[in-house]
Parts: sequence; structure tokens; C-alpha cells
Amino acid sequence: MTSPVPIAEQRETLKPDPVAVPALSIDGVSHSYGPRRALMNVSFNVQPASFTALLGLNGAGKSTLFSLITRLFGIQSGRIGIFGHDISRSPGEALRLLGVVFQPRTLDLDLSLTQNLLYHAALHGIIRREAAARSAELLARIGLTERAGSKVRDLSGGQMRRLEIARALLHRPRLLLLDEPTVGLDVKARADIISHVRQLVTEQGIGVLWATHLFDEIMAGDDLVVLHQGKVLAQGSMSRVITEAGAQDVNTAFMRLTGAQVMPGGGA
Amino acid sequence: MSSITTRDVPRGFSASEYMTCLTGIVWREGLRFLHQRERFVSALVRPLVWLFIFAAGFRQVLGISIIPPYETYILYEVFIAPGLMAMIQLFNGMQSSLSMVYDREMGNMRTLLVSPLPRGFLLFCKLLAGTAVSLLQVYAFLLIAWFWDITPPPIGYLTVLPALILSGLMLGSLGMLISSGIKQLENFAGVMNFVIFPMFFASSALYPLWRVQEGSPYLYYVCQANPFTHAVELIRFALYGQINWISLAVVGGCTIVFMIAAIYAYDPSRGLARRGPAGGEG
Repeated sequence: MTSPVPIAEQRETLKPDPVAVPALSIDGVSHSYGPRRALMNVSFNVQPASFTALLGLNGAGKSTLFSLITRLFGIQSGRIGIFGHDISRSPGEALRLLGVVFQPRTLDLDLSLTQNLLYHAALHGIIRREAAARSAELLARIGLTERAGSKVRDLSGGQMRRLEIARALLHRPRLLLLDEPTVGLDVKARADIISHVRQLVTEQGIGVLWATHLFDEIMAGDDLVVLHQGKVLAQGSMSRVITEAGAQDVNTAFMRLTGAQVMPGGGA
Repeated sequence: MSSITTRDVPRGFSASEYMTCLTGIVWREGLRFLHQRERFVSALVRPLVWLFIFAAGFRQVLGISIIPPYETYILYEVFIAPGLMAMIQLFNGMQSSLSMVYDREMGNMRTLLVSPLPRGFLLFCKLLAGTAVSLLQVYAFLLIAWFWDITPPPIGYLTVLPALILSGLMLGSLGMLISSGIKQLENFAGVMNFVIFPMFFASSALYPLWRVQEGSPYLYYVCQANPFTHAVELIRFALYGQINWISLAVVGGCTIVFMIAAIYAYDPSRGLARRGPAGGEG
């Protein structure tokens, strides 16, 4: 039954369809801080070129999950893969494909915008000339070219967030994580950032995991993961989650899902 | 969907990527240092206060006999200069560790740790960067001290460099090790009391060890076991173009042990993982 197909071609056909490989796969991940269980058997995927909202209240375990994906904490049980690269076994390959915007600000306030970007580029091994070109391009994209030389300290909250997103894109990741990126921003800055990130999904095919507790940041076509007290209560397209919860909108769906799960005697 | 071919990323990292990363970290640490002028000033004022005031006062109290590497009678100021150089590095090492705790609380540390390069290498770069900053401070101190008649042989300024790099790495990795164990910024005052002061005073920085031995044999053994003593002696001999082999061995050995321990402590699957949620857990 051996066909005379050349090896190269054979490998081509055996190669999994790139789309089938999730940008991010979380598989049975649990995490405890001593006796407190922060995550319980969490599993979900983020597809390339999709916007996945991780919806949960404060304390749901979103930040713990982000710390695990970015290797700030070691994985206690379960597996996390980025485009098929297990982050425990091949962290270098996995992290190359990952861009992150953390919830707390992580910029050097006393350095200039460009200096912050160049530092990040160096951490990814991008040579100076290339780094300078990419920095200029990204600063132009977020409309901060004229501020390139000023100190980050002098920027507004919204500008800092835009800079952090630009920084996260500098090494051209295929997966972007954002942990409540709009917290503390005004309406205009929030809208700017949301539309910027959505553009990245449609124009550049980046897979986005957007953690939030704000329902109005989620749109009809999004994928949704509802995380509550360390457990995934629902996942799938937004409309499916709403239908399955027997609700009319995300808000009600979320309340029904989480309300049903409140354990007697109180949870975390 | 043709753009998504990202499963195939290069494995490993090229030498040029490592170099870019190293120079980037050193460059950023240098920039931060230049922006914190008060840090530079205080790093200089501290040893100069010891030199100008303490040493001048103690000159008459402590006689220094001729001990290696010195070939003549020397002034007390000349004796304590290497100890003060090591003190600059000790403070710098602890200051870097303070900034790592601060960075961790503020999230800057995350920027470093999500770099795809191996974490041990990133921390090593961080240590080298801290050491480079301490070298700037030490040479600025030596320049001022020169006007105060602390004039080692010209070649000494060159031969002391490798000694300073090694002692800087040792004290930096000690600081990093300590920082991995500190949960909060407030605990840093404890580091001052329990690490910096005992290390500095129970060493050969301020008095020759034979004098200590006369006063308290027990303290003498403590001083002998103190790695900081050996950092001071390594610098002292190197400043006069000589090598103190025992000190070299002790400082080299301690550097390796502290560095491995610090890198181990920052491994996500071990040290940091046990530590509970980071500052911004929501």
C-alpha cells in the first residue's frame, strides 16, 4: 500500500493543518496556593485569529492563569501549550510566540518610550537596527511618534496601555494575552484600545485572550470562557453560552451561571 | 489563513541573540542608574564619609603594621580603601536585590522573565549589569580617593578590575538570592540589619584580622568564614598587583554557589511557585 509520494510531499500532507493547532491550549490546569485552590481543572483553547474573552470576577483566577501561561509560576498539574509548544518543555519556543500585557503597569517610567521598546526587543534577541525600525513603526501605529523621546512617566494611562500593547507586539507574537487592560481608563481610551486589539485579530490573525470583568467589552462574534472561583463554568461562542444559560444577554447569562454555582457555606 | 505558519519557530537561540539580550539588559540598567542621580551620589557619599571622617578619627587609634600586600607603613585611610570599595559593591548588590523585589511588586520583573531566553541566562545578565554599575561607582570613588592620597600603583587600577568583577558578581548573586526569599519590600530593612552590617563589621574591611584575633579569637573565626572578608582581601591584593589565592578561591566558590542558588530560587517550578499570588492577583 506504499504510495510513491516523495517524502517531502508526504510530510506536507501529514503536517497538521495550522488552523487546527490552537494558539493557546489550556488542558486540565489546576493550581493551589497552599490550601487555597485558585484553579480547578481548567481547560479551554484560544484559536488563531480569534478574540476570546476570559470573563470572571476579581478573584476568579484570571491572574493566576496568566502567571502560569507566562511561566511566572510553575505548573502544578495540567498542560499549557502555545501553538503546540508545551510551555514547560520548550518554554523558549512557546514564549517567542507570546505577547503579554499584564494588569499592573510594567514600563520603566524614567525611560523614554523608545528606550522601553528597545529594551523589550533586546530581551527577545532582536538586533538594535531592526528593533529601532520596528519601534518607530509601532509608535506610529499607536500615534505616539512625537512622544518617542519623552519619559513614560509623562504619558496618560491610556497612552501607557497603548505603549504596552505596542511593546507586546514588538517581537511579532501570534498570541496576545491581555489581563484587564482597560482598568482605570476613561471611555475614549478604552474604546481605542479595544478597537486596536480587535484590528490585530482581523488584520494580522493574532489570537487574543482578553481577561475582563466588564461585559460591555465582549462582542457577538467572540469566544467566551466564563471563569468563576477557579472553575470554567461555560465556554464557546458568545451566542452559545447565552443560549445554553437560557438568558438573553451576557450579563444575565453570567449571573445565572455563577449564581447557580455558589457553594453553600461560601467559596473562596 | 496562510499567515499562520507559526508552529515552526526556530529552536534555541543564536549567539547574537544572547549578546543582544545581554547588552540590552546592561544598557537598561546603566540608563536607570544615570536617571537616579541621588543613588549615585549616595553610593559615593557613604564610603567617602568613612574615608574622610571615620578614617581620619581612627588614624591615631589604630596602628597598622606592615602586612601584605603593603610594603611600607601605611595610613589608616589607605588600609580601609579596599574595604570601602567592597562596601560600595555590597550596598550595590543589596540595592539591586531591593530593586528586584520592587520590580517584582511593580511588575517590571515580569517583563524580564517572559523573555524567551533561558531564565538562568537572564538572571546572569542582570547580575552582570548590576556589577557593571558597581564598577562605575568604585572607580568614581577611587578617583576621589586619589586626591586624598590613596595612590595605589597605576597598574593596580587595571589589575583590580577582574577582582571587582568577581566580587561584584558574588555580592550581586547573594543579593539576588536574598531577594528571592523576601516577600515584600518592607522586609528590606531587615536585610540591612542582618546582612549588610554584620558582613561589613565582621570582616577585614575596617581592621586587619590579626588585630581582631588579639581582641577576640572567636570573632576572628567569624571574620575568616565571612565571604565579604575574602572579597575585601581579593580587592586589596589586586589593587597592588597581587593575587590572594585563598580569597580568590573563596570568592569564586561563593559566587558559583550563590548564583546557582539564586537561579534555582527564581525557577518558576520551584522558588516563585511556592510564593502565592503576585501583587496584582485579582
